[in-house]
Amino acid sequence: MAESHAHAHEPHGHAHHEPEGWFKHYFWSTDHKMIAKQYLLTGMLMGVVGAYFAYVFRMQLAFPGKPVPGYGMVTGADYNALITNHGAVMIFWVAMPVLIAAFGNYLIPLMIGADDMVFPRLNRLSYQIFLVSAIILGASFFVQGGAFGGAWTSYPPLSAKAEYNLTPLGPSLWLIAVALEFVAFLLGGINFVTTAMNARAPGMKAFDIPMAVWMIVIASIMFMASVGPLVAGAVMLLFDQLIGTGFFDPDRGGDPVLWQHLFWFFGHPEVYVVLLPAMGFVAEIITVFSRKKLFAYKTVLYTSIGTGVLSFFVWAHHQFIAGIDPRMANVFSVTTVLISIPIAEMCFVYIATLYGGSITFSVPMLWALAFIGEFLVGGVTGIFLGASGADIYFHDTYFVVAHFHYTFFPIAIIGTFAGITYWFPKMYGRHMNELANKVHFWITTVAFNGIFIPLFILGASGDHRRIFDYSNFPELATPEMQAMRVFATVSLLVLLAAQPIFLVNFFYSMFKGKQAGANPWNANTLEWQCPSPPPHGNFDVLPDVYRGPYEYSSPDRADDFWPQNSPS
Amino acid sequence: MVKPIATTRSATGVPTGRLAVWWVIASEIVIFGGLLASYVMHRLGHPEWATYAAHTNPWAGGLNTLVLLTSSLTAVLAHNAAERGNGKRAANLLMLTCVGALTFLVVKSFEWYHEISEGFTITANGFWSFYYCAAGLHGIHVIAGAIIMLFVAADARKNKELQRVELIGIYWHFVDLVWIFLFPLLYIAK
Repeated sequence: MAESHAHAHEPHGHAHHEPEGWFKHYFWSTDHKMIAKQYLLTGMLMGVVGAYFAYVFRMQLAFPGKPVPGYGMVTGADYNALITNHGAVMIFWVAMPVLIAAFGNYLIPLMIGADDMVFPRLNRLSYQIFLVSAIILGASFFVQGGAFGGAWTSYPPLSAKAEYNLTPLGPSLWLIAVALEFVAFLLGGINFVTTAMNARAPGMKAFDIPMAVWMIVIASIMFMASVGPLVAGAVMLLFDQLIGTGFFDPDRGGDPVLWQHLFWFFGHPEVYVVLLPAMGFVAEIITVFSRKKLFAYKTVLYTSIGTGVLSFFVWAHHQFIAGIDPRMANVFSVTTVLISIPIAEMCFVYIATLYGGSITFSVPMLWALAFIGEFLVGGVTGIFLGASGADIYFHDTYFVVAHFHYTFFPIAIIGTFAGITYWFPKMYGRHMNELANKVHFWITTVAFNGIFIPLFILGASGDHRRIFDYSNFPELATPEMQAMRVFATVSLLVLLAAQPIFLVNFFYSMFKGKQAGANPWNANTLEWQCPSPPPHGNFDVLPDVYRGPYEYSSPDRADDFWPQNSPS
Repeated sequence: MVKPIATTRSATGVPTGRLAVWWVIASEIVIFGGLLASYVMHRLGHPEWATYAAHTNPWAGGLNTLVLLTSSLTAVLAHNAAERGNGKRAANLLMLTCVGALTFLVVKSFEWYHEISEGFTITANGFWSFYYCAAGLHGIHVIAGAIIMLFVAADARKNKELQRVELIGIYWHFVDLVWIFLFPLLYIAK
């Protein structure tokens, strides 16, 4: 224990850890790195599930009424369950666990120079609750009536009444799974924030904290501040479903729009909750691979805090056609358009960081640059939807679908690949195959645009997003529109076909990749100053911090990098 | 389990446990805040709910307010004892706080029994739905707090983890404070 060594330097972390059994090491570990890997692999598995859902319903849209290989005939109820759970899985069981929980767990203690999280057992509990939530969600597909099909936003009365949604158990299981997932991330978030606030290495002041840690912490605080009303709302909706209260039933004095407010008061900050960690990874990667100081550290920090605050005042742009007061719609249009300012500012700062740098187009760098470019498209198309007048036309069309996929795909997929390819050498001590990774990068990025550019055009032509078979709508089933649907689906198939390249590379390199060494990228941040992979306890001697994280190409120094823990 | 060094650090100067409890409370505030904001919005839109609220028992609610406030006092005294290193006294005072929690729950059951037998169930109408939902969520916090307090008291009796006496005390004040909001909103507002 630390009390016996409280003077001078803190002791070795890993000297205290006894050898553990296989079960304790992989399933019952309190080591933040193992918990991070549990989250990462569970998230990747759920990503495969979510991608499979997308494959099935995109095939149905492109080739309606034909059996889908690997699934069979898609009924209307199947279609609804698939789109609902595609959205829910990708946000709650892929983006959140991978971007926040996996990378947060892995990076926070390493980047702040600590031996673990401050509450390791709470951390383990967080993952276990998350795992239970994923199992409950999976189970909802096998109950009477099948899985919930009322969209991931779960609006009542469709979600509240079994006589409308025809799935007596699915909606409640779905809601319980989501609520448990929230509990898991609340526990995790409290741990992250407390760790980053209190467990930093001696000498690490606020502006010495790497941007990835800042962003995950800000995101965790935003999550904690926004999810509460939805937790209460989830209990209310569950009571409506199971014991027959009328919180959201207008016939009995309730209000269905209240759910929309509770949902989006969480749902919109949630976009920024997953965006910020990805922005943080990009900051780390861009500075390392352009060998330059981050252009404006404090600007990025303050704008991300500003984004966090502003994101609590934009939620009603989801309700422009739900009957809200037009004067209120104006206010929310203004706040929605305003939030593009801090995000644009971050992108400009990253571009300014690139300017004049000595850039290496490594795989993580390619992903990071793709993130900026693709996310900008998502941001710019958001302006159309944020303006309440234009939104009346675009609402619930494929334009909206394409828009939010241009934000979420860069965040959850491109950002994740950037993070994995950048930190893989640290996680497993080995390099991934660079050529395979580059092939995977180009196919994925190009195919992604091939999916969603046609959807922008379809949406602008009036294609409604909740229709399962367009052949029933002659004005939407023209040969031109159907050709675009087929193009999008084929692009999806190409994208999916490229993913085994990554998965094989990931698992092969884990065991057989080229040895990476402690600091293959010549980076400054503390996670690169300990062995790869770091042992239980992380550092041989816990580091002291002498400078900020982005001191690259300093003129006072022979090396072009300057680790944070190097005294001179 | 050996505590990591991270747990013993305090870059902010605030002990890690206390910091974490404040974050727990912050996340709880928004849960109750969302529920109560929804209730207040509905209440403003439904003036007739005042007639339902008239069927609540403000005397029982008032008694429970007194019980919870008193239990907060014993929680503070327990913290005071723990500060002076008197684990046994802290444990006894925590047990007294638990008695307060139990009294609160007994009074609550008595209230609910009468209301339900008069037909005011959770599905009766919007007011009663919110009434049972909000008070029930608060009741779960009372139960959880009391159970945690038993564990903390058991450790404190052996003079172990005395800092936790303060932490559970902070949480208990929060539970008390939530009731201070619930009581007027559910029982008194007409």
